[in-house]
Amino acid sequence: MWGYFLGRLAIAIPTLFIVTIIVFGLQHLLPGDPALALLGEDRSPEAYEQVRKQYHLDKPVPVQYAMWIGNALTGDLGASLRTKKPVADLIAEKLPVTVQLALMSMAIALLIGIPTGILSAVRRNSFWDYAANVLGLSGQSVPTFWLGIMLILLFSVRWGLLPASGYVSPFENLGDNLRAMIMPAFVLGAALAAVMMRHTRGAMLSVLRSDYVRTARAKGLNERRVVLRHALRNALIPIITLGALQLGQLLSGAVLTEQVFTIPGFGKLIVDAVFNRDYAVVQGVVLVTATAYIMLNLLADMTYFLVNPRLRG
Amino acid sequence: MAVDAILDPAAPAGVVVEQSRGKRIWRRLLRRRSAVAGAVFVAFFVAVAVLAPLVSPYDPAKADWLQVRKPPSMAHWMGTDEIGRDVMARMIWGARASLLAGVVSVTIALMIGVPVGLLSGYCRGWIDHVLQRITDALLACPFLILAIALAAFLGPSLTNAMIAIGISTVPIFVRLTRGQVLAVAVEDYVEAARAIGNPHWRIALRHVFPNVVPPLLVQATLSIAAAILAEASLSFLGLGQQPPAPSWGSMLNTAKNFLAQAPWMAIWPGMAICAVVLGFNLFGDGLRDALDPKET
Repeated sequence: MWGYFLGRLAIAIPTLFIVTIIVFGLQHLLPGDPALALLGEDRSPEAYEQVRKQYHLDKPVPVQYAMWIGNALTGDLGASLRTKKPVADLIAEKLPVTVQLALMSMAIALLIGIPTGILSAVRRNSFWDYAANVLGLSGQSVPTFWLGIMLILLFSVRWGLLPASGYVSPFENLGDNLRAMIMPAFVLGAALAAVMMRHTRGAMLSVLRSDYVRTARAKGLNERRVVLRHALRNALIPIITLGALQLGQLLSGAVLTEQVFTIPGFGKLIVDAVFNRDYAVVQGVVLVTATAYIMLNLLADMTYFLVNPRLRG
Repeated sequence: MAVDAILDPAAPAGVVVEQSRGKRIWRRLLRRRSAVAGAVFVAFFVAVAVLAPLVSPYDPAKADWLQVRKPPSMAHWMGTDEIGRDVMARMIWGARASLLAGVVSVTIALMIGVPVGLLSGYCRGWIDHVLQRITDALLACPFLILAIALAAFLGPSLTNAMIAIGISTVPIFVRLTRGQVLAVAVEDYVEAARAIGNPHWRIALRHVFPNVVPPLLVQATLSIAAAILAEASLSFLGLGQQPPAPSWGSMLNTAKNFLAQAPWMAIWPGMAICAVVLGFNLFGDGLRDALDPKET
């Protein structure tokens, strides 16, 4: 077991190392002199020299990287060019909002995706199967930001039931927080529900054809028990893994959703940073997202190993 | 070209008809109604994009201050926007930006991803290890966040958005090509080609690569759908097509500020994105089934 875990860790560490090189390399994509691009409004020679010194641009690239990664390892991701606040603090401030959005979206995706996937597999080639497939394909084809705009049009502009934008902390007023978050969470969860549905259907179809399910049926167990107790329990293993991996993708989807609903989270932070040419924040967000994704991937692999007796044997 | 003997249902009973593999795949594809519907959607948007100068009723960039935010009418079938431009004309010209972004991004991804995947799967050893770790690292950066970061550093424009989306799509093609090469490289005909002394480059290009093409075609079709969505997302965020040039994503970005006064500005571009993405997804799914040798 430890051999397996160490093997996965041996892959994750060099991957993370390459991610840091990619993120560091981003600033070298800036057209022309990166120092000029980082300068902002004040373009005096003194300010230019200060930026070169501050970002160690006067040193060779490998040295720049070594200093950058050394700081990153201690949690220092630099300071925002605009607000002068540490990037790590900005991320820590915005992350809980996005995590709440991601968790609510995941709950919605599981509540829609798993039952429709089961129904679609159990009633294969029926009306329900076709309807679930159409819904699944639509979920993957509808842009999340457009779905958000359409929901705002209906629930906020037309019917006035939910707020169109804004955010209230759950510690301030839980009811208002949920009212503000339910639409964005549904928008983000709908696309994921489509993926969940397709995977649940696939996993259930393969499990329903297996020998132990045939044996359970031959023993005379009723269909509900066969599906829910015997088939679903095993089909859920790959779905749980997928769920962990999709949490990383949710961070990506949150960028657009937070923009549509003006939620001050992680996604809005990167978009605002892009428009303010606040490159340190962009780099910090990409690094944190990729690290979180690699960690979730590792966690998913380990969970899969622990819950699957065949791998342990 | 490989030729198989199969029973043609249209032929008289018991008559065996020989069909090329290409024709067989084509027939399977045509039997799938969803794939045909997808192809029709895609063909429609391609025709609209190509014929834009002929079919566009107005200049997509021309403002008309007397026609600001007018609802759909006989003069303006899809209404007008916040500065009186015809929404339908902008939709038609916007199709060009979306389809161009989809095709160019995937071409960039194919041009980088396929040779790298071929090299990785064929050479194995340390080259494979290094290339796969780089691929893992790129896959670890969520697609849209990586595309946003690249577009931000390269500067906002349609060309840079296409480059950013293309680079973000590369790891998918590296992984797919490598996996296929690993499966094909152990086949007898590859061993035979090696045994008669063919050089490595010839084996890779003449014997391995052609067998990798079918899954790449399917993935390319599905990736075009994803790239169109990504371009719309980047344009929505202001990182893609720049005003006044039309793009469905940037039209939606403007439309969200006028939802109460002019909802039509938001409805049409979103429906167009859904239709074209659904078209590519349906066609890609159908193509995958038609190319699957297990399907009859």
